[in-house]
Amino acid sequence: MTLSTDLSFTFECETGNYHTFCPISCVAWLYQKIEDSFFLVIGTKTCGYFLQNAMGVMIFAEPRYAMAELEEGDISAQLNDYNELRRLCIQIKKDRKPSVIFWIGTCTTEIIKMDLEGIAPKLEADIDIPIVVARANGLDYAFTQGEDTVLAAMSQRCPHKNLSLNTDNTHQPLIIFGSLPESVTKQLTLELLKYNITVSGWLPSAKYTELPVIREGYHVIGVNPFLSRTATTLMRRRKTKLIGAPFPIGPDGTRAWIEKICSVFNIIPLGLKEREQEIWNNLQDYTKLIQGKSVFFMGDNLLEISLARFLIRCGMIVHEIGIPYMDKRYQGAELILLQKTCEDMKVRIPKIVEKPDNYNQLERIRDLQPDLVITGMAHANPLEARGINTKWSVEFTFASIHGFTNARDILELVTRPLRRTVNLQASENSIFSQTY
Amino acid sequence: MKLAYWMYAGPAHIGTLRIASSFKNVHAIMHAPLGDDYFVMRSMLERDRDFTPVTASIVDRHVLARGSQEKVINNITRKDKEENPDLIILTPTCTSSILQEDLSNFVKRASLESKADIILADVNHYRVNELQASDRTLEQIISFYLEKASRDHSLKIQKSLNPSVNIIGITSLGFHHHHDLVELKRLFQDLNIEINHILPNNTSVNQLQSLPQAWFNFVPYRETGLLAAELLKKEFNMPFIDITPIGLTQIEFFVKKIQQILADNDIIRDYTMYLNTQRKYVSQSAWFSRSIDCQNLIGKTAVVFGDATHAAAITKILHQEMNIHVIWSGTYCIHDSLWFKQATEKYCDQVILTDDHEFIGNLIAKTEPNAIFGTQMERHIGKRLNIPCGVISSPVHIQNFPLSYKPFVGYEGTNQIADLIYNSFTLGMEDHLLELFGGHDTIDNKTYGSSIKSQDEKQVLWSLEAKQELSRIPRFIRGKVKKNTEQFAQANNYSKIDLKVMYEAKEKISG
Repeated sequence: MTLSTDLSFTFECETGNYHTFCPISCVAWLYQKIEDSFFLVIGTKTCGYFLQNAMGVMIFAEPRYAMAELEEGDISAQLNDYNELRRLCIQIKKDRKPSVIFWIGTCTTEIIKMDLEGIAPKLEADIDIPIVVARANGLDYAFTQGEDTVLAAMSQRCPHKNLSLNTDNTHQPLIIFGSLPESVTKQLTLELLKYNITVSGWLPSAKYTELPVIREGYHVIGVNPFLSRTATTLMRRRKTKLIGAPFPIGPDGTRAWIEKICSVFNIIPLGLKEREQEIWNNLQDYTKLIQGKSVFFMGDNLLEISLARFLIRCGMIVHEIGIPYMDKRYQGAELILLQKTCEDMKVRIPKIVEKPDNYNQLERIRDLQPDLVITGMAHANPLEARGINTKWSVEFTFASIHGFTNARDILELVTRPLRRTVNLQASENSIFSQTY
Repeated sequence: MKLAYWMYAGPAHIGTLRIASSFKNVHAIMHAPLGDDYFVMRSMLERDRDFTPVTASIVDRHVLARGSQEKVINNITRKDKEENPDLIILTPTCTSSILQEDLSNFVKRASLESKADIILADVNHYRVNELQASDRTLEQIISFYLEKASRDHSLKIQKSLNPSVNIIGITSLGFHHHHDLVELKRLFQDLNIEINHILPNNTSVNQLQSLPQAWFNFVPYRETGLLAAELLKKEFNMPFIDITPIGLTQIEFFVKKIQQILADNDIIRDYTMYLNTQRKYVSQSAWFSRSIDCQNLIGKTAVVFGDATHAAAITKILHQEMNIHVIWSGTYCIHDSLWFKQATEKYCDQVILTDDHEFIGNLIAKTEPNAIFGTQMERHIGKRLNIPCGVISSPVHIQNFPLSYKPFVGYEGTNQIADLIYNSFTLGMEDHLLELFGGHDTIDNKTYGSSIKSQDEKQVLWSLEAKQELSRIPRFIRGKVKKNTEQFAQANNYSKIDLKVMYEAKEKISG
């Protein structure tokens, strides 16, 4: 996979002073996705406080997650890590009976160099339950990259051997990686089946005990732009072939994703273009609302390139794509599609700002006065108070946005602040349509 | 290591940030990894229109390898130029504190280059929690500016002409603090006492040199402000009041204490008339306790849990003012156990000191009270056990930042609390009666039945998979999805709804 050299992107890298969620937040959606798992975050009160507040009401639903809260004795190594973790894991095993315990390493375990990877195999043998270690810390990663560290660790645990051979495949086995709600995985699986492509398995599966078989030579493809480490691990450690494609976000992305898979398997996707067009036709009431409007991505979840590409196709003007981390190889096909989309829509390719500086971005937002800013909640209310429409970026990571079926949901999110503003203006009451 | 799911008080730096961001024109810089700046949720919870004056000097892999070097200093001097704050507080986090970088050296060097004053928050992350840290940081800032003023002889120690007070401990993200403040202002106005300063609430640090001008200090909440009040007592011999005026009895103690402080300064005032009028006509709660409504509350049981201030105050009200039997009363402010025990043991059967929510959950289940007064966690425990709960203390949710005026202190506070208590109990009663008489009689009404019978009786079947998929859709929209999908299937002459039909319907039905 090489990136063609004629890409005319401007990549910038700022100071990295930006707001985003800590990557340990991935436990919030992963414990729901992997039904027989338990996530143990080994960290401090700070980590616990973040999860408690970020997860909102979910925290009251007896989640299958807990903090192993480090105390002063742990930091100064007066207590033995192995014994401490053993005690907690035995309790978890007894109370919750999970099929797997994930250990999420944090900043603190990094700094005190707690050897989680070393302890896990011993303890696993000792108490007879799989322990998977992922270092999802804020020293190295942002927000959704937390899932990447977990899936990379999990891909090492996928079985090598098939018990029952299914031979009816007309193509090499295909594994899709990326955590999506069950209904979305079903939708994408059915979508591919229309072109005679069978999905052999998903990483992660709904249960840890049902992880897919991955063998040398299998094809793998990602559904999310933040899964670079997982892709690398699958290629290097599991000897699979990565299909580099744009991500199935928006009807354009979904078609490109399917097309790429088909081309690898020498299948001609009959009716795919028509299918995409049909979806676009159904989106017209929303696309009409945003055509010609401008949007600014402050950047905090790595979905930004794909979303920007889709919104440009919808007729929006993108001022800036802020992004925490840009893997130009893993996102190569997505970048090419972004460039092509800009050419087709006759707009300039937006500037891509890696590790943005929120303060500088706010200055640029002040100058540009975009119609919509996609941002974290630190800035949303203050920007609204200054008369700028905002959409809270985290919602894009929790809503279903993949595939043809959910294209409407993306636009539902994007247009909501604009619809609100239009409604308030239409109320003919100046009280509600002014800045505050 | 400790297995923990929920904590009542946050980590230390949150306390520091609450103090810093409550002052006017003070900026906090956290020495923290990416994502630790979660305090920014203030703009969501308090619906703040301004950007929270907190930034992070990010600790990343490079910092781990080489140390922060110039990074922290550059971030401080940069913020100094951008925002022109009076004070920058460098705030260590639990991560940065184990790096053992010489942050105080950074502070020293940065202060050479910046106009703003710079201090390093002095809190140990592994020994104190959010509340203790806020107490300490407030004291630290006050002490810094008093020393500064004393050095350049700008300290104002001349007492004000009329009796005056400093209110210490009104902070951002405090439980109903801003409503309480309005009520306190009114109370002091009624008592003819001037307010010198309110700390840290929206006060400039440059005003702190005139703190000693007040006749006395007042700390409404035990959690934050006591250290500062003690400092001022030691340095300037300023008396302070730490009686929280929540509930009629406590208000009277509070006012009598003021009367006494004034008398010590040869000002003789008698507030008795004022207290009587307020109790009779402004507060409805004394009358309410006598009214026949409240007779129903006799013999009812309650349990109380929260921070020390609110849990103690509510316990006293329940017992003394509403004749409710408090089975146990507890606090998660374990560092203040002694005070809490003394304050509440007369008013309840048992005093509980813990920060373990599971212990509290089990205790509630075991004691089966008629109502709970606690935090958001107890509210959810109550939901699970079907026991009504009134929220009386942090940890906070967005719903604890009501738009309407809901103070806990003062005379209006007594009305609010009476409503809160009464509503918690009657709702429990209502549910109980409904159940006794066979529930809402509308439950089998046709509107809850199948949605497609109105269409010419042509039944649409659901495949097993589709049915499962439907059950995964959140309950509040499931009915709508079911109806829309069935209509879509009929319109397209599908006899059975499988996954494909479901998804097709989702794609084609707009809105």
